[in-house]
Amino acid sequence: MLTIENLHARVEGKDILRGLDLEIRAGEVHAIMGPNGSGKSTLGHILAGRPGYEVTDGRIRFGDEDLLAMDTEERARAGLFLAFQYPVEIPGVSNMEFLKAAVDAVREHRGEAALDAVSFMKRAREACKTANLPAEFLKRGVNEGFSGGEKKRNELIQMMLLEPRLCLLDETDSGLDIDALQVVASGVNAMRSPERAFVLVTHYQRLLNFVEPDHVHVLAGGRIVRSGDGDLAHELEDKGYAWLGEAGIDEEPAAEGAVARAAS
Amino acid sequence: MTSFMKQPLAEASRRVPHWLQSIQARGVSHWGAAALPTRRTENWKYTSLQALRDDYRLADPSAPSPDALPAALREGFGGPRLVFVDGVFQSELSDLSQLDGAEGVSVCRFDEASPEQADRIAEYLDSCFDPSEHQFAALNTATLRDGVFVDLADGARLAAPLHVLWLLRAADGPVAMSQRLLVLAGANSDATLVEQFVAMRGAAASFCSGVTELRLGPGAHLDHYRLHEEEGEAVHIGAVHARLDRDSRLESFHLALGSSLKRIDVNLRHDGPGAHADLNGIYLPRGDEHIDYHTTIDHAVPHCSSDEVFRGIIADRATAVFNGRIHIHPDAQKTRAELSNKNLLTSTEAEVNTKPELEIYADDVSCAHGATVAQLDAEALHYLRTRGVSRDEAEVMLSFGFINELVDGVALEALRTYLKPRVAARFARDETLMRHIL
Repeated sequence: MLTIENLHARVEGKDILRGLDLEIRAGEVHAIMGPNGSGKSTLGHILAGRPGYEVTDGRIRFGDEDLLAMDTEERARAGLFLAFQYPVEIPGVSNMEFLKAAVDAVREHRGEAALDAVSFMKRAREACKTANLPAEFLKRGVNEGFSGGEKKRNELIQMMLLEPRLCLLDETDSGLDIDALQVVASGVNAMRSPERAFVLVTHYQRLLNFVEPDHVHVLAGGRIVRSGDGDLAHELEDKGYAWLGEAGIDEEPAAEGAVARAAS
Repeated sequence: MTSFMKQPLAEASRRVPHWLQSIQARGVSHWGAAALPTRRTENWKYTSLQALRDDYRLADPSAPSPDALPAALREGFGGPRLVFVDGVFQSELSDLSQLDGAEGVSVCRFDEASPEQADRIAEYLDSCFDPSEHQFAALNTATLRDGVFVDLADGARLAAPLHVLWLLRAADGPVAMSQRLLVLAGANSDATLVEQFVAMRGAAASFCSGVTELRLGPGAHLDHYRLHEEEGEAVHIGAVHARLDRDSRLESFHLALGSSLKRIDVNLRHDGPGAHADLNGIYLPRGDEHIDYHTTIDHAVPHCSSDEVFRGIIADRATAVFNGRIHIHPDAQKTRAELSNKNLLTSTEAEVNTKPELEIYADDVSCAHGATVAQLDAEALHYLRTRGVSRDEAEVMLSFGFINELVDGVALEALRTYLKPRVAARFARDETLMRHIL
């Protein structure tokens, strides 16, 4: 479904990804772990086409399309979904209008009929229930004044309504208490299907206790330095990342983690 | 420019009642005493008068009326309506029947005022401002042929919103029009008022001098809307002057879509303790349009409050000016005044000059003000696009979102319903781009 070959990417003049390879098939759940600054968030932003993130080499195929040749909205309509680590607040645009615009755009692309207001509302309310977010949040501005956990739940609601083929969750678990974490995990588990793949980008093993990955990768220094099954995550939990040093972590501090934290 | 308004000044006194001629004469002397402002005049620093023409003429009152109102305006806002075309009253298009039998409510045109009404008009016209300081208001008085007088007795209630529609047709060349509205709201009276200015399709250039005076008696409540929808070469230089007596409450909402030049002054004065004013406005120039709002709130007495919010979205090569002055006089202790002005520039060539001015001469007051100028939020734009929303629609949603709060704050539902698509259409090139915000 997604094939990344030799991906090199640069942010603000700094090389962050340096030859990343990754193959994701339908139905799989992949976890990407790694120390701060290893390029985890950069990968998500590159996939979503964020301005300022420049691909300097390599290629990405999504289905049978060249992902890098597509606009951000085309990627979303083709079934790519990035759950943001720091969802954006948009006062003045109601959450409901935003969700309807997104769902209409994606359905139109798939050749499906637009949902009428009543059936859309029904689906939106159901998604709220699953995400354990009161339906009143639909009337508020997009993420406006939401707590960190509420924003993550709102991402989950969007993911459920848009029914993407590939879901990339960028540190969705960070900053969540155990209840919220379980809500996110059960949402992901409910959406698992043979046609859909997940990439869980995370710093901790915690989320993987609830969503069992098929493959675990360690990203360090802008490359995948180790891949394995679910046991690799436990090993990382026990030993940290330092033991991988010989396997290719270069200790050069990358700026990306710092940028992401500053943005929060 | 020497012949600017020459014909209207010479002709305005014909066919008007004698009592109005003497009021006009007062305006003529004030207007003649001052030179036109230039860019060196402090209040006109960012607004050029170059768009003014020499050939504006008063419309012929005997010209045939239009058969019908433009489609978008037919429905109205559910209350009595007065319609003027190029400053000439249109009885066929107007309907005041809802006012029949309304106790304590008197609405008339200057042209048809009874001797008692004429006395009231003569007593209060020009009483909310100093004509020697407001030369365009003096020009309005000088060229005034007709106007609307709303006289509410103590305790009177206007059950439905009164709608005064000023259309510009300018079918036979550039037209000059004076718009005038005088409202005397008696003690504890209550009314909703919509003033609307629209240029009809195919209108030639026009110059509208508009002046509205609102006098709120003790405990009176007035919900006031002034909508400027003139486009093209319709120049409007106008003002709203309001005086608020003890415990009165004024809610004043302003909207300006662009045309080559609009300059609107809003001057509110708290004259009695306990008065409150909400002053909200939206300006949306695009193309080569220019909109200038100058507002002043005078807190002359203690225990009054004012909340002012103006937001503008400036597109293309358009320009805007916002100058918001709050003046708290030495006696005005316990005043609470807030002023916020936010601007969104959607093009690199768009320009806004904003200046909040606080002058505080009392020591026990609570005041806050702020002004911002920003571009569309790139992060928000990207976020919407990652959910499949097209760039064009995302831009429309973000632009509309910038002013939506003020539109939603419009208390009159029929007006809110009318405004939303009008405002959204300012940003959306086609209707599919605004389907999710309406």
